[in-house]
Amino acid sequence: MKSKPVDAIRIKNACKSFGSVLANDCVCLSVRNGEILALLGENGSGKTTLVNMLSGIYFPDSGSIEVNGKEVTIRSPKDAFDLGIGMIHQHFKLVDVLTAAENIVLGLPGSLRIDRSALNAEIRAISKRYGLEVEPEKMIYDMSVSEKQTVEILKVLYRGASILILDEPTAVLTPQETDKLFNILRNMKKDGKAIIIITHKLNEVLSISDRVSILRKGRLIDTVETSTTNAQELTEMMVGRFVSLAIDRAPCADTEQRLRLRSVTCRNADGVKALNNVSFTLMAGEILGVAGIAGSGQKELCEVISGLHPIEEGKISLVLRDREEKISGLSPSEIANRGVSLAFVPEDRLGMGLVASMDMVDNMMLKSYKDPPGFFVDRKPPKEMAERLIRRLEIVTPGTSTPVRRLSGGNVQKVLLGREIASNPSVLIAAYPVRGLDINSSYTVYDLLNEQKQKGVAVLYIGEDLDVLLELCDRILVLCGGRVSGIVDARSTSKEEIGMMMVHIDEEKEVGA
Amino acid sequence: MGKIIDMINAAVLAGTPLLFGTLGEILTEKSGNLNLGVEGMMFMGGVSGFAAAYLYNISAAQQTSGLIAVIFAILGAFAAGALGALIYSFLTVTLRANQNVTGLTLTIFGTGFGNFFGEHMAISSPGGFAAVDNTVKAAFGAVDIPVLSKIPYIGKLLFSYNFMVYLSVFTALLLAWFFYRTRYGLNLRAVGENPATADAAGINVTRYKYIATTIGGGICGLGGMYVVMVTCSGVWVHNSISGLGWIAVALVIFAAWDPYRALIGSLLFGGLSIMRLYVQLGIPMQIYDMLPFVGTVIVLILTSVRQSRQRSQPKSCGTNYFREER
Amino acid sequence: MASHLTSRREPLVRMVKRDSIGRGKITLVRVLAVLGALITGALLITALGFNPVAVYSDMIKGSLGGATGRIETIRLAIPLLITSLAISLAFKMRFWNIGAEGQILVGAMAASYFALFQAENLPRPALIAVMALPAVFHAKWGTNETLFTLMLNYIALRFLGYLENDPWKDPNLRGFPKIAMFSNAAKLPKVFDVHIGWIVALVLVFLVYIYLSRSKHGYEISVVGESTRTAKYAGMSVAKIIMRTMFISGAMAGLVGFIQVSGADYTLTETTAGGTGFTAITVAWLSKLNPVIMMFVSFAIAVLEKGSNKIQTTFKIPASAAEVLTGIILFFMLGCEFFINYKLIFRGRKGRVHG
Repeated sequence: MKSKPVDAIRIKNACKSFGSVLANDCVCLSVRNGEILALLGENGSGKTTLVNMLSGIYFPDSGSIEVNGKEVTIRSPKDAFDLGIGMIHQHFKLVDVLTAAENIVLGLPGSLRIDRSALNAEIRAISKRYGLEVEPEKMIYDMSVSEKQTVEILKVLYRGASILILDEPTAVLTPQETDKLFNILRNMKKDGKAIIIITHKLNEVLSISDRVSILRKGRLIDTVETSTTNAQELTEMMVGRFVSLAIDRAPCADTEQRLRLRSVTCRNADGVKALNNVSFTLMAGEILGVAGIAGSGQKELCEVISGLHPIEEGKISLVLRDREEKISGLSPSEIANRGVSLAFVPEDRLGMGLVASMDMVDNMMLKSYKDPPGFFVDRKPPKEMAERLIRRLEIVTPGTSTPVRRLSGGNVQKVLLGREIASNPSVLIAAYPVRGLDINSSYTVYDLLNEQKQKGVAVLYIGEDLDVLLELCDRILVLCGGRVSGIVDARSTSKEEIGMMMVHIDEEKEVGA
Repeated sequence: MGKIIDMINAAVLAGTPLLFGTLGEILTEKSGNLNLGVEGMMFMGGVSGFAAAYLYNISAAQQTSGLIAVIFAILGAFAAGALGALIYSFLTVTLRANQNVTGLTLTIFGTGFGNFFGEHMAISSPGGFAAVDNTVKAAFGAVDIPVLSKIPYIGKLLFSYNFMVYLSVFTALLLAWFFYRTRYGLNLRAVGENPATADAAGINVTRYKYIATTIGGGICGLGGMYVVMVTCSGVWVHNSISGLGWIAVALVIFAAWDPYRALIGSLLFGGLSIMRLYVQLGIPMQIYDMLPFVGTVIVLILTSVRQSRQRSQPKSCGTNYFREER
Repeated sequence: MASHLTSRREPLVRMVKRDSIGRGKITLVRVLAVLGALITGALLITALGFNPVAVYSDMIKGSLGGATGRIETIRLAIPLLITSLAISLAFKMRFWNIGAEGQILVGAMAASYFALFQAENLPRPALIAVMALPAVFHAKWGTNETLFTLMLNYIALRFLGYLENDPWKDPNLRGFPKIAMFSNAAKLPKVFDVHIGWIVALVLVFLVYIYLSRSKHGYEISVVGESTRTAKYAGMSVAKIIMRTMFISGAMAGLVGFIQVSGADYTLTETTAGGTGFTAITVAWLSKLNPVIMMFVSFAIAVLEKGSNKIQTTFKIPASAAEVLTGIILFFMLGCEFFINYKLIFRGRKGRVHG
């Protein structure tokens, strides 16, 4: 290209705040036609907020947006479409009970009656052009994750979008599906489309993008050509200071067996087998990581152990010093009544682990309010416990009587994890405990887990970031479609090996005991 | 045979106000608004439709035209029901008030509104009660379609009702066509299922919610007017709606948000409410009157036991949408 | 398309969620809302051709003016207050019990059975259990409790109609379907000219307040109301809590029925509940489920009702005016919450775009 091309999108000094949180602080960004720009940043760095201002979901507090050289106002998603901006959200914006074709045509102008056969033909034509595969008459709720993403992409292409924004598109895909998606993106780039892809995975940035813009804490740090940078440099810009990616791995304390699962099978609400013949043993004084693509049975695994989800077959038992206690088939309160302390930090912190509108004191006694005898609750011990946690874990809060909903994500997690640890558990289950947390809070969580491990607690860590799993855990159990595809030593395995196990079960290697 | 046809006739007549209420609420819930104010909107529609016809009847006196009275009644009822729904929409869509409580309040307000103006008309009239004359009553009577109404059995079974019955069936068919065949129907269903998605697809969620809810309220209002003009023969009776609106809300569940099934449901419940006149079981009259309510309870239990993905309530029902919610 | 490209103005009004708001401001918004409702009511009265000032002052005079009026107002407030306390227990749990009307009737029927026939071994627990029925189904299958409790209202009403017409008909009233008056032994005593229901109500305010804020049960109710998932996670038996709470809620509403027939009416009729179950919903909501505030709100609504009866006799304005006014007030209160939770930003109020 000889002449300097006009930027497809240019954002100047965009600011956006939510209440007292400044999500975007004077951010500038641009992307050209026929270019893939990666938007890199940690969770909570303001990436999604920034692109949501392009797609009309949020309106900037100040700043301006230019599309193809003209200043524009984007007040709604409709305005964004009219400007040729198409967004593929992290959480798919599809209506479950409608078909692919119906979702694609949603909200578009046209004749009163919908001509279904003409619509289907059009969809097939576009699919062919970019190498997409989709059945127009298939219901969304019958689709796999990658099929749904294909529908999302078709939706924006059908609308004639020339600027595509993808928010964490690979988070839910297998490596193979990711490759397929990247090929589609390259086809679109060749077609002259401008593409913004949000991600926090460095290898993806390096393999697909032409340029990278790095955001940190709502500010734009820099924009660089991908070919002139490397993973180390990008990491430093993303997290702001040099961090040794090395997480301390405490040595294993003792190695007696603590929790045993034997051929556990359970079904989810839709009647599909969520766990299929799962067997493993969790040792005291170790951190056992659980890896797998989102929705491979992680949630059910946590819930069957803690007595929240019924099992169909198999047996779960706890091994304590002198006895083995069967806990499958028991409710959480029955498990607690057996003198077994099982701590569980669920994925949904405010919707399950804590009561969002209650203050710290009331949240502290959530699992222990029944312990002191009598008809009335005693709020003195939980109040003391709340004050202890605030001091020990440096929880930032106006006071013990502030609803936990008002606290930041990191502090919410400290409240939850702090409460669970305070119960002196023999088993600690932590589901995605660092999701959405800043680096500092994440390290606090790692330290706390290591501390528990050294005290001889058996820790089950459900994670998504393979780098963290590899460095924090002692062993890693890999789930694939509800089955255990293997348990590997974290010290000797590689990301590639785990990645393969996440998508493929080698019948030979499948662990039976 | 004759007795069965009589009974079906009676069931259709008793089921029609339920059908209006059910259809109005289906349209409303398709937009994600759970409006529990059907009873209230039926009261508002009932009293206003009646008032429009009645006041016209008084002022035109001997010159009263049945057709004009009918038009007044329909417009008055629709407008009042729509007004109630508009208040509801403003509170829940624009001001984001709790849908449950707002709907209940609309029922309290609408019931008061109906009885208040109904009694006001009765107090102000010379005889101490408000009623339309025979010309207007006749306009709400059975139609006489040439040839068709004369066919043996079939004529009585299908072509012997008042025009409101046909209007309600037409409304059901129109709504079904709208939901399943048209672009705007598709958009509306998306709004009710997943407003964030609809919004991202460029659909004006607020506008769809307002329009669907308001028209839905208008349709409920027609049901109320039917009760006063047909069931009560054009006389204002205190508390005349008495629970029909609530049965309609429950029928929406029975109908699985489908206008076709609403036809069956309202016929069935119409049948339950007139059973005591046709089927002797040797139980007291008041126990017969319980049947529609007992039936509703059974329907509620059965539908909750058997959950289905296709035939379930629009998912966003009961929650308000705020685009910038984080 | 072109018009969108050139339109550069930001929206006229945008709304943003508030972080927090001062107590004074909240009170101001609510007071303004009540005023707005009263003004709307005044417009309605004017439209009907009456003088709103005269009508309002007649309402006040009728309900608070004389001793008889005051006693009558308190008698109206008692069932309202106890019923709203009953409802608030269920509502706190987000269990939409709108069947208080029927629960009152069932309680009234049980009390009447005692009063009329002096039966010693009436299976009262069985009757009260009927009220908890929706809770059982809701807990088990998620059956819609709003409609279920509501249908039971109508069923109870029809059943009462049956009793009136057949087994309990007063034989002395030759054919007229009515239940006999209670004997003096079955009437509640009076304290300060009002039956002792008012003492019961005040004691209940205290008990419910303590129950909700200090007891383990109250804590469980709050957790279940916020999230059943959290409750299960904490090891609570959600079904048991819902049933227990609904049982207490229904039993309290049933108590209202007992107080009404033995304290106020001395007989049982189809108007024994008289819409109390519905009005109490609004009282509970207006009070934000706070038992102490409920005392004042139920008294205020009683003033409205008594006042409406008065204006019916004075001005021939139908007594249903009370419901209309209650509805309007509640509409305004519901609407005003928005201004407490959200803040409006008008175009151009903030610093202009810097280029």
